[in-house]
Amino acid sequence: MQFWIIQTLNSLALGGLLFLLSSGFSLIFGLMRIANLTHGALFMLGAYVGVMVLKFVPNLWLAALIGGLIVAAFGGLLERFVLRALSGNSLGQVLVTLGVAFIIADFCLIVWGGDPIPVPTPEALKRPLMVGGAAFPAYRLVVIGIAVVTAVVLYLLMERTRLGAMIRAGVDDMQMARAVGIPVSRLFTIVFCLGSALAGAGGIIGGPILSAYPGLDADMLPLALIIVILGGVGSLVGAFIGSFIIGFIYTFGSALLPDLAYVILFLPMIFVIAFRPRGLFGRLGT
Amino acid sequence: MRRAAWGLMAIALLGIPFIAGNYYINFTSQIFIAAIFAASLNLLVGYGGLPSLGHASYLGVAAYLSAWMYLKLGMAHWMTAPIAIAATTMMAGLFGLIALRATGLGFLMLTLALSQVLWGTAYRWVSVTEGDNGLRGMTRPAPFGINLEDPTAFYFFALAIAVLAIWLMARFVGSPFGATLRGTRDQARRMSALGHNVWLIRWITFVYAGFWGAISGLLFVYYHKYIHPASLSLTTSAEALIGVIAGGSGTLAGPLIGAAIVMVLKNYVSSYIERWNMLLGFVFVGIVIFMPDGLVPGVRRLWARWKARRP
Amino acid sequence: MTATTAALSIVALKKSFGGLPATNDVSIEVLPGERRLIIGPNGAGKTTLFNLITGDLKADGGEIRLFGQDVSRLPPHRRAHCGLARTYQIITLFPSDSLEHNIALSLLGLSPLRWSAFRPLGRHAHLYDEARGVLKRVGLDRLAGRSISEVSYGEKRRVEIAMALAQKPRLLLLDEPLAGLSREERMSVTELIAAIPRETTVIMIEHDMDAALGFAEQITVLHYGSVIVEGTRAEVVADPKTREVYLGDS
Repeated sequence: MQFWIIQTLNSLALGGLLFLLSSGFSLIFGLMRIANLTHGALFMLGAYVGVMVLKFVPNLWLAALIGGLIVAAFGGLLERFVLRALSGNSLGQVLVTLGVAFIIADFCLIVWGGDPIPVPTPEALKRPLMVGGAAFPAYRLVVIGIAVVTAVVLYLLMERTRLGAMIRAGVDDMQMARAVGIPVSRLFTIVFCLGSALAGAGGIIGGPILSAYPGLDADMLPLALIIVILGGVGSLVGAFIGSFIIGFIYTFGSALLPDLAYVILFLPMIFVIAFRPRGLFGRLGT
Repeated sequence: MRRAAWGLMAIALLGIPFIAGNYYINFTSQIFIAAIFAASLNLLVGYGGLPSLGHASYLGVAAYLSAWMYLKLGMAHWMTAPIAIAATTMMAGLFGLIALRATGLGFLMLTLALSQVLWGTAYRWVSVTEGDNGLRGMTRPAPFGINLEDPTAFYFFALAIAVLAIWLMARFVGSPFGATLRGTRDQARRMSALGHNVWLIRWITFVYAGFWGAISGLLFVYYHKYIHPASLSLTTSAEALIGVIAGGSGTLAGPLIGAAIVMVLKNYVSSYIERWNMLLGFVFVGIVIFMPDGLVPGVRRLWARWKARRP
Repeated sequence: MTATTAALSIVALKKSFGGLPATNDVSIEVLPGERRLIIGPNGAGKTTLFNLITGDLKADGGEIRLFGQDVSRLPPHRRAHCGLARTYQIITLFPSDSLEHNIALSLLGLSPLRWSAFRPLGRHAHLYDEARGVLKRVGLDRLAGRSISEVSYGEKRRVEIAMALAQKPRLLLLDEPLAGLSREERMSVTELIAAIPRETTVIMIEHDMDAALGFAEQITVLHYGSVIVEGTRAEVVADPKTREVYLGDS
């Protein structure tokens, strides 16, 4: 019984982190039609930057905020000066994000070295809570809470603000959005910054659970891809649900069938892309 | 002009073992292997218009299969080689059925996903693949009694196979089938209307590319005498893709030069410049933005422009 | 019951996008050798109809027969093998290739040669000879070696038609072949179309009334995906419904 409770809570915590990772990816993909292969690296960069910030500001939440902003700024520069230079060339944009991922990964390796850097859990949350008879780190529960709050905030942003309306219009029909006078270029930059911020903050928030290590980017990126494919490109609800599904599959898969955990993880994605009707297909097919 | 360039290259390559030391001989052997791998990927990317981020699958599976059969089953090389190639090619057939349900970005993601499944399996299925330790102890075959442990012998072996591979692939793309492949890249709908079975053309190309990927995988494991899950990773596929595109995916020579550059950056430059990955990333980004056709067409254009300027 | 098998027989064809019916229970019969014109205001579903006939779109219901053979479930490339060819409203040529290479690709579509994967394409000289022959029919053989990107729009339109003619089709669909052409170009393309032999049945979508009416023997008028009027040129021109469709509420 204890096993199931702990794994379930672990799944939820992982799902929460994955939501921070994938929500940005989904927005960027949905609005800008760019599969941002840098996204995993942005998550990792956020983790490392957070570690650095923690040296000066020993508060994880502040570090997440500052780290998120720094990564957002970087994302903005990337979008403005690199991606925009390739507008119209969607394959080129994807390839460039691949190149930038290489650059960021190596940069992190130079600055922070090859050993994993553990991120300390905030003092207040170090004590375990008893959940159904099992001791579970309080921090992970808080991560779940953060994910839910983020989801709500993003939802409100998308549904109740003008910015959100413009983003949704752009996701639905770019031509029309342009025709109606929506400032698409500025929107792109904003969304890319937002996505980067979420990834970057996610990286440091995930620090106490995952640490910061070389290869974190390559571990995270495929998960973001799977989630967004499963949940639907540009759909926040889809990213939310997908993140938790993958959180569960990954956690239970690793616990029960460690040899095949990766296969289990990717099969849903393969099935969806291969057999899903035109709707999702059409978007990916260009 | 082009014939002369290939000819010069051939002469230079034949001469290397006589003027260079073992380090450079071995290094160039690695370039031959990377060249075959890149050329096979280019069939898909450059000629088929199908960008794949999972080509490491074929290199890795062929390498693992042959190493596993040799080490765990004690089978001889002359048996493991054809079996590994056949099995990997069949796997390419299966993967093609899945990946070709989409084109463009969807295809990219499917190839990535399939490759990741293999990579994850190689890491986790420790009882079979030894996981992170990799499979050690592979030996090189001795075709016709020639000992390939000798660097020069292996060099010529790899060179011969590379020449054969590239020649056959060149024939492939220059043939009527190759013309139809390029047609599907440029106007798939139009090709269908003309009577071409676009899916089948792509699938056949996918399998053929997988076949040569498998060949490069065999050479790879013979050279290193070792195989590790990293050879199935996204990084391996991405490096190859970067090499192909940077060199020029629409040409025959482009991927070969791109693969060579990637190898040079990886092995040689890294002893001078700490972070070759970063340099590779910058070079790649630069090429995608400023010379999107790649180096070979870009250089050809510059050359043509320079020639036109001279009186 | 028709005495001769129709070149094209469409029965109760339906296609909807979302809730919108683009093709609404359309039934058409075109006899071999006929010159059929399909007209209708924008959005009437003309190109959708073509795409359903060629197989680029899958119908929601109904039947399509080519020379008696049910092709409703065949993919586009197989319909080409049944004798179907088309041109496109938007030029879809192979831009980085020469004119003769473009035609060669068309010739290869129905030739077993297309599976040959070893001998260089250039060795098959007869293919390019035939391609030049087709280009001659459309008056473009002097440009055979030039790249598509170098020739004029009017010449590209003629290459489009040449590509389709190269397939020696039994049924040819022309989707607005005169779009965007100058007066002289329109005349030469119209002549070209008029010169197509009767072995090929031709169905054309066109907006340019003057040129199109000269070509048409039978006309089908579409509006909102349905057939409104059908008959000989004289009948359709006289029918008040035709005028309503074009001049009345759209």
